[in-house]
Amino acid sequence: MADPVLSFTERGIYCPAADIYIDPWRPVPRALITHAHSDHARPGHGSYLATPLTAAMIRHRLGVEVQELPFGRPLKIGSATVSFHPAGHVPGSAQVRVEVGGEVWVVSGDYKLEPDGLSEPFEPVRCHAFITECTFGLPVFRWQPQAEVAAEINAWWRANRDAGRASLLGAYSLGKAQRLISMLDPEIGPILTHGAVEGSNAVLRAAGAFHRETIPVTSDFDRKAHPAPMVIAPPSAFGTSWARKFGPAETGFASGWMRLRGVRRRRGVQRGFVISDHADWPALLRAIKETGAENIYPTHGYVDIFAQYLRGEGYGATPVPTEFGGDEETVEQSGDAA
Amino acid sequence: MKDFARLFTKLDQTTRTSEKIAALVEFFEAAPEADRLWAVALFSGRRPKRAVTTTLLREWAAERANIPLWLFEESYPIVGDLAETIALILPPSSAPEERDLAAWISVVKGLGEMDAEARKAAVLETWDRLDATERFLFNKLITGGFRIGISRKLMTRALAQATGVDEAAMALRLMGSWQPEDTSWAQLTAEEDAREDESRPYPFCLASPLETGAESLDDPADWLAEWKWDGIRGQLILRGGVHHLWSRGEELITDRFPEFARTPDFLPPGTVLDGEILAWKDGAPLPFAQLQPRIGRKTVPKKLLAEAPVRMLAYDLLEHGGEDIRALPLSARRARLDALLAGLPEDAAVMPSPLLTEADWPALAARRESAREHRSEGLMLKHRDSAYRDGRKRGDWWKWKLDPLSVDAVMIYAQQGHGRRANLFTDFTFAVKDGNGLVPFTKAYSGLTDAEFDEITRWVKRNTQQRFGPVRQVSPELVFEIAFEGIQASPRHKSGIALRFPRMARWRRDKPVDEIDTLDGLKSLLAAYG
Repeated sequence: MADPVLSFTERGIYCPAADIYIDPWRPVPRALITHAHSDHARPGHGSYLATPLTAAMIRHRLGVEVQELPFGRPLKIGSATVSFHPAGHVPGSAQVRVEVGGEVWVVSGDYKLEPDGLSEPFEPVRCHAFITECTFGLPVFRWQPQAEVAAEINAWWRANRDAGRASLLGAYSLGKAQRLISMLDPEIGPILTHGAVEGSNAVLRAAGAFHRETIPVTSDFDRKAHPAPMVIAPPSAFGTSWARKFGPAETGFASGWMRLRGVRRRRGVQRGFVISDHADWPALLRAIKETGAENIYPTHGYVDIFAQYLRGEGYGATPVPTEFGGDEETVEQSGDAA
Repeated sequence: MKDFARLFTKLDQTTRTSEKIAALVEFFEAAPEADRLWAVALFSGRRPKRAVTTTLLREWAAERANIPLWLFEESYPIVGDLAETIALILPPSSAPEERDLAAWISVVKGLGEMDAEARKAAVLETWDRLDATERFLFNKLITGGFRIGISRKLMTRALAQATGVDEAAMALRLMGSWQPEDTSWAQLTAEEDAREDESRPYPFCLASPLETGAESLDDPADWLAEWKWDGIRGQLILRGGVHHLWSRGEELITDRFPEFARTPDFLPPGTVLDGEILAWKDGAPLPFAQLQPRIGRKTVPKKLLAEAPVRMLAYDLLEHGGEDIRALPLSARRARLDALLAGLPEDAAVMPSPLLTEADWPALAARRESAREHRSEGLMLKHRDSAYRDGRKRGDWWKWKLDPLSVDAVMIYAQQGHGRRANLFTDFTFAVKDGNGLVPFTKAYSGLTDAEFDEITRWVKRNTQQRFGPVRQVSPELVFEIAFEGIQASPRHKSGIALRFPRMARWRRDKPVDEIDTLDGLKSLLAAYG
């Protein structure tokens, strides 16, 4: 019997036909990277291959050389053909399609189905086997449309402004931060950014993937010059002296986990906005269906529960253990963001 | 219910006391009367009787959400709250409808009279008419336990502000057995207390832990010292020829303790005692473990009554001759208490909790050291001039507890917590050494910081050996100091012992597993203190 198209190893997902790993978590000679979040794009690999935008982000974050492969363009590596397809997770994020001898496997990376206005919208790819994330693979996770969340955030900002307070909104610096900024109504007040967020902004602006104007918070920041601002920062910046620059403030977090009251209360969050760059329960099921795949490999999330459910629905489903440190939203809410 | 849901959302979204009170005041001023009454009732622990089992609710929710029941059951511990799990798992409402809180409560109350099929139809229909927050609240109404982060004190303060009634007077009015169905807003909030309630208790006066030495309290002559008993705090009310017994949790427990049935024969009407209910035999308290089976039982079998008879050790007199004497100094209340209880026969089941009369702090400290021999947890120190206040006011009453006992033990099982601790591993089972093996002897849930629970949660995920439903067996590596207040023999446990108030005193990262305590060590503690 021939090797499977992809196999699951201690270093990560491996394609023997191409001798290449996808989002490996240990150093490998050749890595395909789905997106630039730190648990997927790690330092120490011999070579990197990613979409142009992801490549730019990896260069910015890791200072390594990255080869580029645009969306939809097939590349022959060994006896495999690989291509990137939009995953809709963050700008530049990709699913990886791998074809060997007529058999097609797809690695979803992280993804969401709802267009966010910045990321290239998710594209369903037909395949035989689908390796899918399931960070929010439970039926309690269901997102509202982005426009509704945007209205909530702007109303919160406006109320804080009217009460003479700054609004500090915590979000992951790549992807979520730019998405939130693009949802804000700039008429309400100035939009300030933490250095980590501004770094991502700059890379995306240079690539033409982000156009909003923001004001970086610098060491000589004068809060009187920017009254009642919206401040976008990694949550780890809150509770530090940095966050006191803004005077009286309300804090909010934007994450899919904010759907759970227990998590909101545990994190001492004043306001939780339920908005995620991962697929919710209905979206996961829709995405899986649209691949036409018979074999599903849930990874990264509630894998056992999700696989059991899929088996009940008639799929072949096998959970795949990962060493991802948890999704970036979990990392963020723990406050130890990269 | 939109108004009430909005109130809930506001309360839930702020950690500022001033904003919580403002939201409550606004609600009390604007909502319809029936809704205001129900809000006060719910926030003070009153709720409609449960008409549907949670088992049925789970089945109906899974069915409505078109998912298998097992998937609902897997989701529940991750969300950590049943009412919330149901609210989140149901598909969005298809026919939203605006009705008052009181109207939805009458739906809940009506469920009790329906047959099984109609009940299910009514619940499903209601779910379909409510948005996610309203559903959550509706589910809380059905499943009970309406604890949503509003302390009674906060609610009382807001109510006082909204009505202009003095806060302490309002706290008193909210005590007792009133229900929104038999009370009007006017009765509850009128300038003069208009509510007749012969069973009504007073708000309990609470003590703070004394963390420094007693010397910090200056002159010992200013203080009255008593044993701190390990029983159930209660108020015994004698009015109009009958008696009522209230627990500190404001539950009416008169029928559970028939021992007090004869108190109206011995004590005059217009008497309210505050004291500790203890299982008591041959002139001394029995261990708390023997009182425990009495607490949960609404009716008491004769055998249990004979094995664990109770009495009240009274330490305060709140009402005397029908007069509220809480403002008198403690020394005066105590003198009246002693006079009232002097010479009561043995079968009156009430006696004064003795005052400890050592004259200086070293002598009292020595007395405290002997507390375990008296089945007591330490001493209470109460200022002799103190009034009987409403709640906890630091400085008047102190509990001076014995240092806890402790053992070092290793974690062997872990389970996720609920509510605010959902998704975190917080409920652990611990073992001590027994020969070459390990024997589990207690569970503990508290004592660590959120950051420590975070770290342990990550560790548990990486070090799970086996899963039994929600319980994970982990490699026996993490050592904790387990502190506890008492130790009892318990044939129901494999180790043969049961602990009182076990908790994690600290995480002993410095201690290797082979240096933890042994079952023999626990047994010698049992021999010394059991």
